[in-house]
Amino acid sequence: MCLAIPVQVKEVLPDDMAKVTLGGVSKIISTALVDDVKVGGYVVLHVGYALAKIDPEEAERTLALIREAAIGDAA
Amino acid sequence: MKYIDEYRDGRLAMDIARQIVATADLVRSYHFMEFCGGHTHAISRYGLEDLLPPNVRMIHGPGCPVCVLPIGRIDAAIALAMRPEVTLCTYGDLMRVPGSDGSNLLKAKAAGADIRMVYSTLDALRIAEAEPNRDVVFFAIGFETTTPPTALALKAAIAKGLGNFSIFCNHVLTPAAIQNILESPDVRKLGTIKIDGFIGPAHVSTVIGTEPYEFFAEEFQKPVVVAGFEPLDVIQAILMLVRQVNDGRHEVENQYIRAVTVFGNEKAQAEVANFFELRESFEWRGLGEVPYGALRLRPQYATYDAEKRFSMVTPAAKDNPACECGAILRGARNPADCKLFGTVCTPDTPMGSCMVSSEGACAAHWTYGRLREKARQADAGRAVA
Repeated sequence: MCLAIPVQVKEVLPDDMAKVTLGGVSKIISTALVDDVKVGGYVVLHVGYALAKIDPEEAERTLALIREAAIGDAA
Repeated sequence: MKYIDEYRDGRLAMDIARQIVATADLVRSYHFMEFCGGHTHAISRYGLEDLLPPNVRMIHGPGCPVCVLPIGRIDAAIALAMRPEVTLCTYGDLMRVPGSDGSNLLKAKAAGADIRMVYSTLDALRIAEAEPNRDVVFFAIGFETTTPPTALALKAAIAKGLGNFSIFCNHVLTPAAIQNILESPDVRKLGTIKIDGFIGPAHVSTVIGTEPYEFFAEEFQKPVVVAGFEPLDVIQAILMLVRQVNDGRHEVENQYIRAVTVFGNEKAQAEVANFFELRESFEWRGLGEVPYGALRLRPQYATYDAEKRFSMVTPAAKDNPACECGAILRGARNPADCKLFGTVCTPDTPMGSCMVSSEGACAAHWTYGRLREKARQADAGRAVA
């Protein structure tokens, strides 16, 4: 019910709307809840609204932390 | 797909599971509750429990808004939809949720009620605009994730002067429910549940941030790790929780840093605060009355509040007495312990709330867990032979 999915912004449209794609499927969504939506960026999409932007650097950092956790660390 | 596939690497998950085995103290047991149904679904779907050592166990919590909606609210929605002037719009998740006497929205639609399944509040608004002679009611449900879209729909309806649009509000709140699980008197009745920490919901937290869990972690001295919904996210969160327990810490940690911040989406919070206020109490199916556990429209928007506009009443209605949803939602029992499970209660014919939504504990166990159970029994049989 509250699940959301990461989608890529393909086009920024007037009135806080945007065209996004997920696995090749296009959709028009509302971006009224997030600021500075940019073409090429990713947002978390839920019931037709972008709820948050995905931070590419933090996403990379999470993957690095997961890989680090997998080999074990002293933490 | 980007930001999905890379968090589903099975080999990495196995490696982290090995770290959990190495980190978990053999002489103690760890019980972690994943509050959110999305995590329950991910844990079942990817078989994450099979990767955990026997002393690290997951307890499935009540975090599915469809599952916790009481029967009386479904009955009230059906009664509203049966009015000839009303068009009821709602998310697909609600269509099969059982009301009283085997009723549900699908059956009401078949009986002639004008009920439309929508993907977004934007669709409900479009219907209200296109059909000015209908009274279009949006049957709103969901946690903090789904509330901002309802708020924006209301804002747009006011701006467009849509006098035929209203909201039947059933939005519920996460922190209140987590607190209720630990301190409600029902816990004593249903059995004490040992919980050493919580996996906090990712998408709810994109809106509310990690800050609301701080009070909770401090007050109840339980660690909370906000985690994403992909298998690597969940298993990393479990390792983070094991480490916190080992260290005697009870902090709020954020695994889902790619989209969750400390204070969340303040724009979304402001929109919600503009249009909604706390209900003093709201019934959650299986949990009873949860103080300050839900929202309603502010009094100045009464004309958009379906409950006021149509003088709706919520009839008192009881679940099937054999249904164990109450105990299952609190993690005190497992789906397979319920005698209705898999007999009269299946995803096609759900009796209780935990079977209705695919994110419910019973539905997740039906779809993935029971087959694993069978395979395990078959393996044990072969080993004996």
